[in-house]
Amino acid sequence: MISWLARRIAVSVLLVFILISAVFFIVRLAPGDPLDQIVEEEFGADSRDQMRHRLGLDEPLFRQYLKWLAASLQGDFGTSLRQQRSVGSIIGEALPATLLLTVTAYLLHLLLALGAALVSVDRSRRTLDQGIQAVGLTLYSLPAFWLGLMLIMLLSRKLGWFPSGGMHAPDARFMSGGAWFADLLHHLALPVITLALGSFMGTARYLRTSLAEVLGQDYILSARSRGLSERRVLFNHALRNALLPVITLLGLSLPFLLGGAVVVEVVFGWPGMGRVAIEAIWARDYPVIMGTTLVSALTVVAGSLLADILYRRVDPRVRFSSREGL
Amino acid sequence: MNQSRPTDPYGQASPGRWWTDSRLRPGLVITLGLGLVALLAPLIAPGDPAALGAAADRLLAPSFQHLLGTDLLGRDVLTRLVHGSRVSLLVGWVSVLVAVLLGTGVGLAAGMGPRWLDRLLMNTTDAFMAFPRIFLVLLLVSLTTPSLLLVMTVLGLTGWMSVARLVRAEALSLRERDFVAVAHGLGLSARKVAFYHVLPNLLPTVIVAATLRVGGAILAESFLSFLGLGAQEPVVSWGGMIQQGRDFLLEGWWLTTFPGVAIALTVLGYNLLGEGLRAKLDPRNRGEGRDG
Repeated sequence: MISWLARRIAVSVLLVFILISAVFFIVRLAPGDPLDQIVEEEFGADSRDQMRHRLGLDEPLFRQYLKWLAASLQGDFGTSLRQQRSVGSIIGEALPATLLLTVTAYLLHLLLALGAALVSVDRSRRTLDQGIQAVGLTLYSLPAFWLGLMLIMLLSRKLGWFPSGGMHAPDARFMSGGAWFADLLHHLALPVITLALGSFMGTARYLRTSLAEVLGQDYILSARSRGLSERRVLFNHALRNALLPVITLLGLSLPFLLGGAVVVEVVFGWPGMGRVAIEAIWARDYPVIMGTTLVSALTVVAGSLLADILYRRVDPRVRFSSREGL
Repeated sequence: MNQSRPTDPYGQASPGRWWTDSRLRPGLVITLGLGLVALLAPLIAPGDPAALGAAADRLLAPSFQHLLGTDLLGRDVLTRLVHGSRVSLLVGWVSVLVAVLLGTGVGLAAGMGPRWLDRLLMNTTDAFMAFPRIFLVLLLVSLTTPSLLLVMTVLGLTGWMSVARLVRAEALSLRERDFVAVAHGLGLSARKVAFYHVLPNLLPTVIVAATLRVGGAILAESFLSFLGLGAQEPVVSWGGMIQQGRDFLLEGWWLTTFPGVAIALTVLGYNLLGEGLRAKLDPRNRGEGRDG
């Protein structure tokens, strides 16, 4: 276990390192100049050069890379070129917003998927199952940003049930704790629904296959023959085992969830990592681009590592073989 | 399987029944229909989709003159939708073609090559997969001036990983089969075995994987165009149309609604076609889904 874990972690760290280094050079070699955003035209070439020098952007690329690497290893991700704030504090604000959005959406996603899967293994509900399949596949084919816009159009602009964007009402800072939380949930509803509705069908199918497989096992037959209710067989015996693969799925879903969050954050003006990243890319704000890249790569890699470890803990059938590294 | 009988569980030998399949039929109708619309766009909707309309024609709701209404510049939405199908299908197909060619190459080399190559290639694949694709795409697409060619290249270069994994797994299983052993025994080189004996048997898997990915590529293109990073005016794209209607959600609901419906219908068509094909051609990989 220990040697497997060590190898796995080493490979993950190497992956993140290579990726982030590649991004460093790609971003800096690409056309575009961060100074366009900071230095006004009328200041002229002189102050541009001064500014460039002050920010260390005139040094040879490889030297900049080594400096950045040394600082990052000490936990210093630098200062945003556009805003006079440290990258750490920008990400520190955006990351919780994204996590709140994705974790809530994932819970709803799992609930919907579980419901759909349970209906589809129940043979007495064939019509309902077919309906869910059709609706699910259609939802799966919708552009997420458009689904978000449609929800804003109907539920926010037309009916006025939900706010159309943002994370808090303008006067949120004057609210009491309870009202503040209710306001947050109110803002969270549409983004979460958008993210979960468009994606649950993939997991539902995965769960259905897994559930159907488990229901064909001998111990289910034995549970049924002991006269247990179908409900009990399903929830106490089958579901536990059918949910095992979901743990792996969780690790695999992370990149996808973060990606979906980008789309939803743009449409709903949610102040999370996706928006920060997009704005940084537009402005060629190198330190912020590197910071968001690093954090999302680390999240994804750590997530899949965690899923692997959990899966091995709960399922003793998986052995720690050396071929696993592939 | 020595004979084609109606009870053939894989349905391979009964192409005549493709038309009755509940996924293949709507899938074929939608994808072929849209293909025709894209090909014949100038005939179906004559006139320049980018030409400005009369001032009196601005932001008209759907009517018999303009079935789907007009936009801010007085242009007919239906005409623009018809022309916009070209961008979606072109980007969808070309980027998937790039991704599938690359993925098949990498997967075949990893599955049929020596162990060290397998390790190297699969670790590289994992490295690419470990990152949310949309970040990578946004990063690469927004670095230079936006263009369709760039979008296709970037979507192709970031979409091959899951194909590579699929092809490798399939190649690993095929290489244990008797016909591969026979080919080796006849003295064929490893490369010949891989290209002439294993690759043809991978084709059903590859075709299904390609079809299932067209929808995802079209979705990605529409989001990039929505952000202004894809096709640029005067080229019409569905994502760009949604962006233009975004500020008029209520007053001009048709501007955002119809292009989205067009995207959804197209993607649904390719998803249905892909799933129908998978059930017919590649029944073993039924659990494998589309990548994000």
